[in-house]
Amino acid sequence: MCLAVPGKVIEIFERDGTTMAHVDFGGVRKEACLEYVPDMRLGDYAIVHVGFALQRLDEATALETLRLFRELGELDMEFGDHWGRAAADAGLPRPAGTGTPQGGQARQAGTPMEGIRP
Amino acid sequence: MKYLDEFSDPALARRLLDDIRRTVTRPWAIMEVCGGQTHSIIRHGLDQLLPAEVELVHGPGCPVCVTPLETIDKALEIASRKDVIFCSFGDMLRVPGSDRDLFQVKSAGGDVRVVYSPMDALTIARENPSQPVVFFGIGFETTAPPNAMTVYQAKKLGISNFSLLVSHVRVPPAIEAIMSSPRCRVQAFLAAGHVCTVMGTSEYPPLAARHRVPIVVTGFEPLDILEGIRRTVRQLEAGRHEVENAYPRAVREEGNPAALAMLRDVFEVVDRPWRGIGMIGGSGWRLAAQYRDYDAEYRFDVAGLRVSESTACRSGEVLQGLIKPHECEAFGQQCTPRNPLGATMVSSEGACAAYYLYRRLQVPAQVDQVPAQVDADAAQREQVTSVG
Repeated sequence: MCLAVPGKVIEIFERDGTTMAHVDFGGVRKEACLEYVPDMRLGDYAIVHVGFALQRLDEATALETLRLFRELGELDMEFGDHWGRAAADAGLPRPAGTGTPQGGQARQAGTPMEGIRP
Repeated sequence: MKYLDEFSDPALARRLLDDIRRTVTRPWAIMEVCGGQTHSIIRHGLDQLLPAEVELVHGPGCPVCVTPLETIDKALEIASRKDVIFCSFGDMLRVPGSDRDLFQVKSAGGDVRVVYSPMDALTIARENPSQPVVFFGIGFETTAPPNAMTVYQAKKLGISNFSLLVSHVRVPPAIEAIMSSPRCRVQAFLAAGHVCTVMGTSEYPPLAARHRVPIVVTGFEPLDILEGIRRTVRQLEAGRHEVENAYPRAVREEGNPAALAMLRDVFEVVDRPWRGIGMIGGSGWRLAAQYRDYDAEYRFDVAGLRVSESTACRSGEVLQGLIKPHECEAFGQQCTPRNPLGATMVSSEGACAAYYLYRRLQVPAQVDQVPAQVDADAAQREQVTSVG
């Protein structure tokens, strides 16, 4: 939840007197509020936390972080199927009205820590 | 990522580690405050790449973990009420209350909805004007400005069926509490990068001076964390105790002025209890008087709840860095991600979940007590038990 994900501003618009944007997070598109970084322009990158841009970021850094997050499955943790994951973790059927009945994927265990090769 | 060649820049990782090895001459205990950093450290095995002298102590910076049980129970009570639409971030779904969690409330027919942003909850409120819509506003300083803006918007737009169940906490008072504990053995802090993106760094020099501890603002990626540790070790070995910013691409000294202004308008500082830790003076925020109509605690009568915490769970000691997760007797036994006794086992930022998911630890084998299951959790459990 405390993850802040770099995203690219692809459209800026106003809603109820508030500056909003469509932001692309490596293929996932979400709305974000720009009120806290008011000088954002089209094509700029920012770190975005729960739908709010908090700080401008340069493109190279943003793309590198996005690549890492994608590899690590962090983008799915942030934007993915929370009910499915919770159901799989709990070993219970997903509640009615929470989307597709196929169920989600439990969080995966990482590799064992042995044979360290510094 | 226990192998250097798995870093995005292996040469840089090696340089950072070499510098730490060359610098360190004696044991140091460094606390990473943020649970996101804990997960990164355990997941990538960073602690195992460091020289033995450098111990990383995991801190309380997991918002889901420190939300008081009483607040969780209030959330569950409100979410169970007829007509209420209860909105939350996804990682609260399986945080154990006294007798159930939000997932079970939903399964029993409650209208619980997962949202990406608090603004999504406000949209739901607008679309359902006849129903009370409550957003569970938890989090540290990073998440407080989004929730503050949402309440500000609700008031501005007159969306009167929206309210916020607030459980916001602040890092600096927690550092003060940790350093003031007689059992404290922490000698330096990696401060949470995104908290400082919002707040800036001005709150930390008095803490560093008073407790004579280096505080290094640190990011979340593996190389960021190694750099934070490297700077911390250099300070410790030189006998310095300063505030340094090792995450300048996201943190400015003054923080985010627009977010700070909104926080000052919408919230006021209060004492807050932290789950497993207890009351910490001035450690939280609540809605200021002019926004009281949007405070779910005032709007819903949820007094008289009887809370009941697991007696086996030692998450409070884990959160204060007094024990490591696997030193709790319940870890991997009664307490697993499937049956969590404490929030540290379910949150994506909880230290217990990080140890369970990413590291094989010596959990005594009790395979006969584990029901046969074919899902991922059982597979993980088997991995864990097969090592001990």
